[in-house]
Amino acid sequence: MASGQGAIERHGNHRRSLGHGIVDWVTDLGEMVLGWVIALGDITVFCGRTLSWLVARLPRRETLMPCLYQIGVLSLPVVALTGTFIGMVLAVQSFSQFKVAHLETRLGAVINMSLVRELGPVLAATMLAGRVGSAMAAELGTMRVTEQIDALSSMGANPIAYLVVPRFLGCLLLIPILTLMADFMGVVGGWFYSTQILGIDNHHYWDNSQRFVSAFDLFGGLCKSLFFGAAIALISCHRGFHCDPGAEGVGRAAYSAFVNSFVVILMLDFILGISLDKLYFLLWPQGPTFL
Amino acid sequence: MAAKKIAPAEQTDDDTDDPHRPLVEVRDMSVQFGRQHVLRDISLTVPRGQTLALIGESGCGKTVLMKTIIGLIHPTKGDVLFDGADLSKLGDKELTRQRIRFGFLFQQAALFDSMNVEQNVAFPLRQHTNKTLGEIHRIVLERLDEVGLPETTLHKKPAELSGGMRKRVGLARALALDPELMLYDEPTTGLDPIMSDVINELILRTRKRYPVTSIVVTHDMHTARKVSDRVVMLFPIAHLKPKDPQMIFDAPPSRLDASNDKRVTQFINGEAGERLMEMRDLADSRIR
Repeated sequence: MASGQGAIERHGNHRRSLGHGIVDWVTDLGEMVLGWVIALGDITVFCGRTLSWLVARLPRRETLMPCLYQIGVLSLPVVALTGTFIGMVLAVQSFSQFKVAHLETRLGAVINMSLVRELGPVLAATMLAGRVGSAMAAELGTMRVTEQIDALSSMGANPIAYLVVPRFLGCLLLIPILTLMADFMGVVGGWFYSTQILGIDNHHYWDNSQRFVSAFDLFGGLCKSLFFGAAIALISCHRGFHCDPGAEGVGRAAYSAFVNSFVVILMLDFILGISLDKLYFLLWPQGPTFL
Repeated sequence: MAAKKIAPAEQTDDDTDDPHRPLVEVRDMSVQFGRQHVLRDISLTVPRGQTLALIGESGCGKTVLMKTIIGLIHPTKGDVLFDGADLSKLGDKELTRQRIRFGFLFQQAALFDSMNVEQNVAFPLRQHTNKTLGEIHRIVLERLDEVGLPETTLHKKPAELSGGMRKRVGLARALALDPELMLYDEPTTGLDPIMSDVINELILRTRKRYPVTSIVVTHDMHTARKVSDRVVMLFPIAHLKPKDPQMIFDAPPSRLDASNDKRVTQFINGEAGERLMEMRDLADSRIR
C-alpha cells in the first residue's frame, strides 16, 4: 500500500517536474529573446548617439591624435607582416593547382585579386579587431568599472563624444590605409615567392595581374574596409561601455569585442561581396573573363 | 577641431526670484535595476547651503541616490529636481550645463589613469572654459594648495599616488569649477584615521570657503557627525516590509543618539544585531 502510494507520488512529482521544466525552458527562451532584443536596441541607440555626436562636434586634436597613433601607426607593422605572409601562403597553396592546368603565369592574377578584394580588407580588419578592438573594450571597460566614465559625465563631458567618437573616427579613417598596406605587402609577398622562389616569369606574372585586377576590385576592398572599421569601433566601444564589474567583466568585454567584431566582419564581407558584385555587373554587364 | 565651450547655465529670472527654493528636490522617487528594487518612494529636499550626510548599510542605495540626483542614473518612478530642473528630461547640452554646477568626489577618486595630476585637475577647466593654459595652471596650483598637495605632485600619474592623495586630487578636480553642489561618495573609506580626519577638515574648509551645498554618503559616523547639518539614514529594501518607509532617520546629527529606532542605534553603535541571526539562519538552511 505504502509503496503504491509512493509510486503515485513519484509519478505525480515526475509530471509536476516535467511541467515545471517546460515552463522554465519557455521562461529561459523568453528571457534570452528579450535579452537579444534589448541588446540590439541598445547598440542601435549607441550607434545613433555616436553618429549624432560626430556630426554635432568633432573631437579635439589632443584627444584624436593619440587614437590615430594607437589605431594607425602601432597597427602598421603587424598588418604589413601578416599581409606579406598571406601573399606568400596564397602563392604556395595555389601554385600546385595552377601548375596542373599549366596556368602558373596566372598566379599573379589570382593572388592579387584575392588580396585586394577579400584578404587585404578582412586581414586588416581582423588585426584591427584583435589589436585595437580588444584594447579599446578593455580600456573603456576599466574606465567603466573604476567610475571614470561616470566621472566624465559628472564633469559635463559626454562620454560618447569624448571617448567613442575619436576612436570611431580613428578606425574609420585609418582602416583604408591599413588595408592598402595589407594589400601592398601581400602583393609583394606573393610576387616574391612566385617569381623568386617558384620561378614564374616576372613579365607574365605582372601582365596577367594587370589584365584581371581592376581598379574596381581595389575600390571594393577599400569600401568594405570602411564598414569593417566602423563596426569594430562601435562594437568594441559598446562592449567596453557595458562592461560587467570586476576583472572578469573587463576580460569578457575584451574577448567578446573581438569575437563579435570578427563575426560581424565576416557577415558584412558576405553581404558587401554580393552587393559589390551586383554593382559590378550593373556597370560592366559582360563581366570579368578570367580563364 | 576645437570644441565649443559650453557656458554654465545662466540664471534666468525664474531661477533668481526664489532664493529659498531647495537646490535638490527628490519627489516620491524609486529606482529599480531589472528585478532588483534599490530605492523606493524616496522624498528628500536639500536646501541651499546645507550639508547632508546620507548613512546606511552597504547596499541600501546611498550611492544610487546620489548618482540619481546628478542624472547618472535615471529614476524608474518619481522626479529629481536640481534647482527646479528635472535632469531626466533635459537634452545632452542642457544636462552638460547643469552638471558644470556639480562637483563629485568618487569613492575611489575615479582619476583618469591616462592623465597626470595636473591634467586631471585641469580637465573640467579645459572642457568648459576659454581660459589660457597659464590661467588653468594657476587655478590647478591653487586647488592643489587648498587640498594640501605640493607642486611636486603635478606630473605624477594616479597610480603613483597613495589613497589619501588620490582622494585629495579628486577633491581638487571636483572643486575646479567652483560647484554649487558637492557630492562626496564615501570620502573616508579605505583611509587611515588621520587621513580620514584630513578629508573631513577639507570638507568643512570647502564649505567655509565656498557657498556650497553638500551631500556626503558615508558609513563613518565620525564623518557624519563632524561635517553634516543633517543626517538621513536609508535602510535596505530587502529587510523592509512592503509599506515600510526606506528613510528611517532624518534629523540633525545631535539627535542620532536620542533615536528610539533600534535599527538606527544599531548602526551608529556598530552592532550586528539581527544581521548575525540572519547569517546563522542562512547557514543553517544551507546545512539542512
